[in-house]
Amino acid sequence: MSKRNKSLWRLLAVLLALVLVAAACGNDDDAADTPSDAADNANDTADTADDDMADEEMSDEEMAAMDDDEMDDDEMADGEMADGEMADGEMSDEEMAAMGDLSVAIVAPSAVDDLAFTQSMIDAVAALGIEPQVTPGTFIIEEAATALRGYAEDGVDVIIAHGTQYGGSLEEIAPDFPDTTFIWGTATDTMDLPNVFAYAPAADQGGYVNGIIAGALTESGIIGVVGPVEAGDAVAYINGFEAGALAGGATEVNIVYTGSFGDVALAAETATAHIANGADILTGSAQMVVGAVGVAASNDVLWFGTQANQTELAPDLVVASQVYHWEVVLEQMLEQRANGTLGGEAFLLTLENGGLVVEFNDGFDLPDDVRAAADAAIAGIIDGSIDTGA
Amino acid sequence: MSDFFTVSVLVATLASGIRLATPYLLAALGETIGQRSGVLNLGVDGVMLLGAFFAHWTALETGNLWLAVVVGLFTGLVMGVVYAIITVYFKAEQGISGIGIFLFGLGFSDLMFEVKVGTPKFTTQLPPVEIPLLSDIPRVGEALFSHSLLTYTAFLLVPAVAWLLHRTTFGMNIRAVGENPQAADSLGVSVNAVRVKTILIGNTMAGLAGAALVLEAKVFQPNLTQGLGFIAVALVYFGAWRSPFVMAGALLYGLVQATVIQWKVLGIISRQFSDIAAMAPAVLTVVALIVLAGRVQAPRALTKPFERH
Repeated sequence: MSKRNKSLWRLLAVLLALVLVAAACGNDDDAADTPSDAADNANDTADTADDDMADEEMSDEEMAAMDDDEMDDDEMADGEMADGEMADGEMSDEEMAAMGDLSVAIVAPSAVDDLAFTQSMIDAVAALGIEPQVTPGTFIIEEAATALRGYAEDGVDVIIAHGTQYGGSLEEIAPDFPDTTFIWGTATDTMDLPNVFAYAPAADQGGYVNGIIAGALTESGIIGVVGPVEAGDAVAYINGFEAGALAGGATEVNIVYTGSFGDVALAAETATAHIANGADILTGSAQMVVGAVGVAASNDVLWFGTQANQTELAPDLVVASQVYHWEVVLEQMLEQRANGTLGGEAFLLTLENGGLVVEFNDGFDLPDDVRAAADAAIAGIIDGSIDTGA
Repeated sequence: MSDFFTVSVLVATLASGIRLATPYLLAALGETIGQRSGVLNLGVDGVMLLGAFFAHWTALETGNLWLAVVVGLFTGLVMGVVYAIITVYFKAEQGISGIGIFLFGLGFSDLMFEVKVGTPKFTTQLPPVEIPLLSDIPRVGEALFSHSLLTYTAFLLVPAVAWLLHRTTFGMNIRAVGENPQAADSLGVSVNAVRVKTILIGNTMAGLAGAALVLEAKVFQPNLTQGLGFIAVALVYFGAWRSPFVMAGALLYGLVQATVIQWKVLGIISRQFSDIAAMAPAVLTVVALIVLAGRVQAPRALTKPFERH
């Protein structure tokens, strides 16, 4: 054996040993052996994280309808409710069965447990009692397009393209699969495609409420905002927050769009710059805000969240989070799909329809008058007496 | 604009720029050594991601930040072994191999995060080390001499790398192998051994860069680097394969990023131009590369596998 070959075999032996050590250190219980296992793990986590939320957000009737068919059967047997008498939004046995049979897949840009955009959708689908297939981390649009087309070719009934940036790909793919329903957001139009539903949050509403609270709590009067790319629901949230904060008593709201949805380091430096400039309260949108939350936590600066409940990131400092409950509109879309309508409608999450909920951190001692102001703002937005300015 | 030219804001911007430049500098210095021996590694970003994840995971599990740094270094070393086998022994095309390493690092760090961590979790931060006397210099001391030990390490490595490349026999061999491997081989220099060593050094530094990034941010996310490793590779060209110029490029990149942030916070850059301004560092790098193109000479054997004739 030549000297070179000996060296090569030595290197391979070392590498093999390292692989074996790594394998030995692994935890079989946690490991995802297959892609479907990984998706199952994601679903399990989502289920666990959002059981409480699901219970809170769905009416008794809806929960019963989701869980089983017994109640409807009993009601029908008692003759108390005929099909024609069913309240709006409730579903018949047939509709429920049809919806339950639907296969659903999600393509999303970030991690399944990002405590932000992607997790909010996985939680929502889980809240409907559906176990979706998930392809997370598709921040590269071409990868997302491959996943979307792959699910469609596999015969998945409903495919959720959870990212504004996927619109271009969807416009090409959706016409090739006319029997598949594509759900796209955040977006306010369906691109005139009959098999595309669109969804978007009126994020300015929760932003305004967060802003009202922040404006009341700030001592310096200066509030910093860490935004991603100036697009989509981030803009709505930030505009609403700014209007609310100024109405609530802040004197200055400094808004920075970092230009990235995922650059944690840049978000952290932006938060540092805000604090150096006098901000004593911060907020932000998109998955990179964890970097900013870390800086807020290091400097004892209050934080307001959006998209998902971010309390666990900084339990002492997160005051409130606007949480997206996509399930409110997803349920309507799946119902339509079960009834044979494959798309063609855009849906909006609002405080009024329960798609947006401002969740307060019970661990934060919010003064009663501030809480009352927040509740008044929520009521005002719902009854139309408050304009968020967005 | 006058708000920007106050001492406190300038100092904060300088300190921010130095923090931002640190991972670029560590990765770019390692890549400089590798490229001087004729090995291009486009997988730096992937190695950084792996170093960042395993450092973060170690910090979460043990609470020991210095063990996390060591794990980041070791992760880079392991990836160096893999890359050396691929490019030196199997003589695979370096560009494609590097992209493969990047994609592996991107995917594997993502998978490991999902399986082992799952959700954003904070670690503690490497504490700033104040250099006695120097950190007491009004204003400037705070910006320059109150950083983590990894930041000082990165900047101290600049003269160390220059010394290694230009004042040691090993450095001379590295440059000879990068310029004319056949001639070096004929003089008894083991080209493959030199390249393996530079690959191991370069990847270890990339792992360290990942650790520095994640321990400064205190949190890991999939694709944490956001292409930072590719910028580091570009900075090697920007710096004409000389460590002081590479440092200048890293500092320039970090300072432009920090300045743009400060200008946005102060409202100097209006919101309409916010996203355009975010591109400023990358645009500056591209412009610099265009200006430098043809004026500096890359190592002649760069990207070329060694074949003994």
